[in-house]
Amino acid sequence: MTETTPAISVRDLHKGFDSNQVLRGVDLDVNTGRSLVVIGGSGTGKSVLLKCIIGLMRPDRGTIEVDGRNISRHTESDRRYMTRMTGMLFQGSALFDSLKVWENVAFRLLNAEKKSRKAAREKAIECLGQVGLSPEVGDLQPAALSGGMQKRVSLARAIASDPQILFFDEPTTGLDPIMADVINNLIVDRVKALGATAVSITHDMASARKIADEIAMLYQGRIIWRGAPDEIENSGNPMVDQFVHGRAEGPIKMAVRKS
Amino acid sequence: MNIFALTGSLTIEGLRETGRMANFAGRGALSGILGPFYWRAFFSSLMRIGFTSLPVVGLTAVFTGAALALNIYDGSLRFNAETFLPQILSVSIVRELGPVLAALMVAGRCASAMAAEIGTMRVTEQIDAMSTLAVDPYKYLIAPRIAATTLALPILVLIADIIGIYGGYLVAVYGLDFSGPVFIRNIAEFIENRDTISGLIKAAVFGFLIAVMGCYYGFRSRGGAQGVGAATRTAVVAAAVAILASNYVMTSFMVEF
Ligand SMILES: Nc1ncnc2c1ncn2[C@@H]1O[C@H](COP(=O)(O)OP(=O)(O)OP(=O)(O)O)[C@@H](O)[C@H]1O
Ligand SMILES: [Mg+2]
Repeated sequence: MTETTPAISVRDLHKGFDSNQVLRGVDLDVNTGRSLVVIGGSGTGKSVLLKCIIGLMRPDRGTIEVDGRNISRHTESDRRYMTRMTGMLFQGSALFDSLKVWENVAFRLLNAEKKSRKAAREKAIECLGQVGLSPEVGDLQPAALSGGMQKRVSLARAIASDPQILFFDEPTTGLDPIMADVINNLIVDRVKALGATAVSITHDMASARKIADEIAMLYQGRIIWRGAPDEIENSGNPMVDQFVHGRAEGPIKMAVRKS
Repeated sequence: MNIFALTGSLTIEGLRETGRMANFAGRGALSGILGPFYWRAFFSSLMRIGFTSLPVVGLTAVFTGAALALNIYDGSLRFNAETFLPQILSVSIVRELGPVLAALMVAGRCASAMAAEIGTMRVTEQIDAMSTLAVDPYKYLIAPRIAATTLALPILVLIADIIGIYGGYLVAVYGLDFSGPVFIRNIAEFIENRDTISGLIKAAVFGFLIAVMGCYYGFRSRGGAQGVGAATRTAVVAAAVAILASNYVMTSFMVEF
């Protein structure tokens, strides 16, 4: 790799809530046009990491640079800069339940880019098609959709205005294996075809192998391993090993009390 | 903790909260002025707040006007002043009861609804999602609601004034043997523009306060259904207190002129 400035560069990122220190010095680089997958146990702070990068949470310490611009001071203009070039799929979908599905997908086009309703609707229907949803779904309310369908609508919303940097928080959780693979292909396609940079979080190792150029594992507030998808089987790291093979026994102790 | 420290910290926390609220109100109002202004969101709020509040505001007004007419009649009979019923009734409704009662009813309906709606959006990350989609939640959610409520309340109050006086008219004419035309002429000759206008200014301020309280507590809610429930409750109480307190302050300025 010879890129000069990475698309995202995180240095020594700390973030805690009261006494709960979640991120304790995360260092992470993502090069332009690459797809990074972050794995890690439930509650290790993966979602918090994404929210810090995208500017929804203010880090306690550390720097975040996006395309060479330091955005960690969390000012109004930093956040505007970030929203201009990023799209995010939230873990809980976060669809606007007062709007129809197509208005959700076209929200940015309608309200920030001031496209006509007709043009925005066409684009929304096209994006819905890309995530395997028919145009009729566009006229439903989000509450009328299944969880997996909501996730796909949320994905369509994240990609609708062709952002350069994409964040996916568990894009395939709650989808059947076939649809999950369609979504994987879509993410790969975005990154390859449009040259977008992607950071995804997933627990699904099949999905991780498919969409990742690189995989990083978050554990106890730090990135403890990073490598290509084909190296993960024999990473030589007992924590990664345990996670990849989904074993209850190993160095990672889940906080489950046996009575 | 000793009592002085407790009083001090409560005072400081109270001032802080007031400051945060004022900051929020200022930011909401300012983002509406600076634009972009979301007309679609504005009109849908206007419909929901203004139009659908009409029945409850109308009912409150007609019964209050009717009861007020009986009370005024009964009271003024003691010093043979019952012929002034129309004048006293109209000035009480236009200056005081119309604005305050309509605002309290709207606070009950709308401050709670706003807090619940915005609070749910907060805890389900819809507000976060909105800002990642390059739309400022203050502009899309707060400003249209503030504008709609501030505009809707004077209109509602004007209607409440008319219906309230009509309630009193019904009681006076059909129950107390007043002459209908005289009743109306007395009011028309007595009521001045500044009575009505002072009531409408109050109404606009109340509308602003209702929206600010509803949005503020919704926007700040944390932690799921319970947090949203708490926000809703606090919003209604805060809106009611703000209405009553600001009513006193405004009235004390208005009667001096
Ligand atoms: N807004 C918040 N306030 C307080 N604590 C929070 C907040 N958001 C997250 N946390 C805490 O931060 C920790 C990490 O949360 P996070 O949502 O990032 O986990 P995660 O790695 O995404 O887990 P999962 O795989 O289950 O989604 C948790 O202990 C959580 O309680
Ligand atoms: Mg998460």
